[in-house]
Amino acid sequence: MRISTFWYCLKQGIKNICRNILFSLASVATISACIFLFCLFFSIIANIRHMTYLTETTIGITVFFEEGMTEEEILAVGDEIAQRPEIQEMNFISAEEAWESFQADYFQGMEELAEGFADDNPLASSASYEIFLKDISDQPQMVAYLEKLEGVRKVNYSNAVVAGFSNLNKLVGILSVAIIGILLAVSVFLISNTIHVAAAFRKTENQIMRLIGATNFMIRAPFVVEGVVLGLLGTVIPLGVTYLLYSEAVSYITSHFMNSVNASGILQIIPLDRLFPVMSGVSLGLGVGIGFFVSFFTIRKHLKV
Amino acid sequence: MIEISNVTKTYKAGNKAIRKLDIKIADGEFVFIVGRSGSGKSTLLKMLLKEVEPTSGRIIVNNMNLQRMPRRSVPKYRRKLGVVFQDFRLLKDRNVYENVAFAQRVIGVSARKIKENVPEMLKLVGLSAKYKFYPNQLSGGEQQRVAIARALINNPEVLLADEPTGNLDRHNADEIMELLEQINARGTTVIVVTHSQEIVNRMKKRVITMDKGIVVSDKKGGDI
Ligand SMILES: Nc1ncnc2c1ncn2[C@@H]1O[C@H](COP(=O)(O)OP(=O)(O)OP(=O)(O)O)[C@@H](O)[C@H]1O
Ligand SMILES: [Mg+2]
Repeated sequence: MRISTFWYCLKQGIKNICRNILFSLASVATISACIFLFCLFFSIIANIRHMTYLTETTIGITVFFEEGMTEEEILAVGDEIAQRPEIQEMNFISAEEAWESFQADYFQGMEELAEGFADDNPLASSASYEIFLKDISDQPQMVAYLEKLEGVRKVNYSNAVVAGFSNLNKLVGILSVAIIGILLAVSVFLISNTIHVAAAFRKTENQIMRLIGATNFMIRAPFVVEGVVLGLLGTVIPLGVTYLLYSEAVSYITSHFMNSVNASGILQIIPLDRLFPVMSGVSLGLGVGIGFFVSFFTIRKHLKV
Repeated sequence: MIEISNVTKTYKAGNKAIRKLDIKIADGEFVFIVGRSGSGKSTLLKMLLKEVEPTSGRIIVNNMNLQRMPRRSVPKYRRKLGVVFQDFRLLKDRNVYENVAFAQRVIGVSARKIKENVPEMLKLVGLSAKYKFYPNQLSGGEQQRVAIARALINNPEVLLADEPTGNLDRHNADEIMELLEQINARGTTVIVVTHSQEIVNRMKKRVITMDKGIVVSDKKGGDI
């Protein structure tokens, strides 16, 4: 195709949009809403997954053993636990190590208080295993397994965080698919209508074109251009809005929550420049794709040779 | 060479527009087609354009059998024809220049060539001064010239004109006819449908008379 032909089709497509500005705006608005929600849910889901990942690597299961078990016996049980395939990492913390880190945490600057315990380790039976799983959703079955093990006194784990995150992710996922699906359907309907109206407006012109010897491609191109431009507008606008909102949100959350609540480091927002490329890529594919396919099939149905 | 043999056309409603048509038109000929309203003249032109398919029979244009032509070759075939519609069919939202350029733009002619061709064509039809006018700012005769310019811009081998002087007064009609003769002199086959006996008599060309879908007379050089 010649450059001049390309420009001609582009110009005609834009003319279509301007001539039918209300329908065009409605189409752009629905695609925008659709893409914006996609971006929103995408950000939320990505961040939840990110946090879940952080949780998986920072919150583990701690297993304590019956009093009076020797270190050798505990290590033997540990070897058995280590056979489980769900485990990512496993650390043994002996009673001495536990006592030392306890002292470091609680008697900081007042070491003389700890002196009173002398060699009598008050945490003598606190040898434990710290277990990190590959996938946090395996936690319940892992805990169940550990609790049934011979010699295990207690299994510590954080249930709420895990269940909360995976349930939230599921909920957001279902919600987003439903809402985006509905908006997608509305977008398809509106674009299709817009193209129909434009085609009706150009009926004479299309007829003349056909009789003059224009190819179907040439007759359809302005309408497909129209659809693609609508899709593009409907993508670029929400992407810009998302960009601004997300940067705002990141700086707000960083300044308000990071220091106090987020001691454990779980509440961490993915930086925008890591999230945006994928998000904008998918959005563009979605928006432009809808514009292209809907206009293409609408006009193909409309202009049978 | 246009060869129409044994062609019939029955529209869906059961309307027998063409009953049995045999016409041969040589390259470079100037032919009038006359006949009463409803005699099938426009149907004949539409079949030549492949806008309408004959019910039976065979139409061959420049050695191409229209019935056997694959769909994708139709646009290319139509570019060999120029059409002037009875109702002009100009684009109201575009000026004279753009109306003529349109025919080249939609078949992908380069911008440079269009800039060359359009002014030349406007000169031929005598509209150079009004190239910026919109159709509603032109007289009927002027609009008809724009339509002719558009039909000719792609250098067609055959020009089909359906009542190109239908709405024009004597003076304008004469000018249009002169223009068509000029185009014919450059080697283009010209087929003109008309109701005007006056014009036909004056021009002294071949005249095919149709009635109820058949040819009732075919005379060279003159009166009906
Ligand atoms: N699309 C159509 N569907 C059904 N019948 C049609 C159609 N087009 C034309 N006809 C019929 O075919 C016959 C011939 O029509 P056509 O338009 O070819 O006549 P014409 O000679 O051009 O007449 P006029 O001089 O009035 O333009 C008429 O009886 C008309 O009613
Ligand atoms: Mg007619």
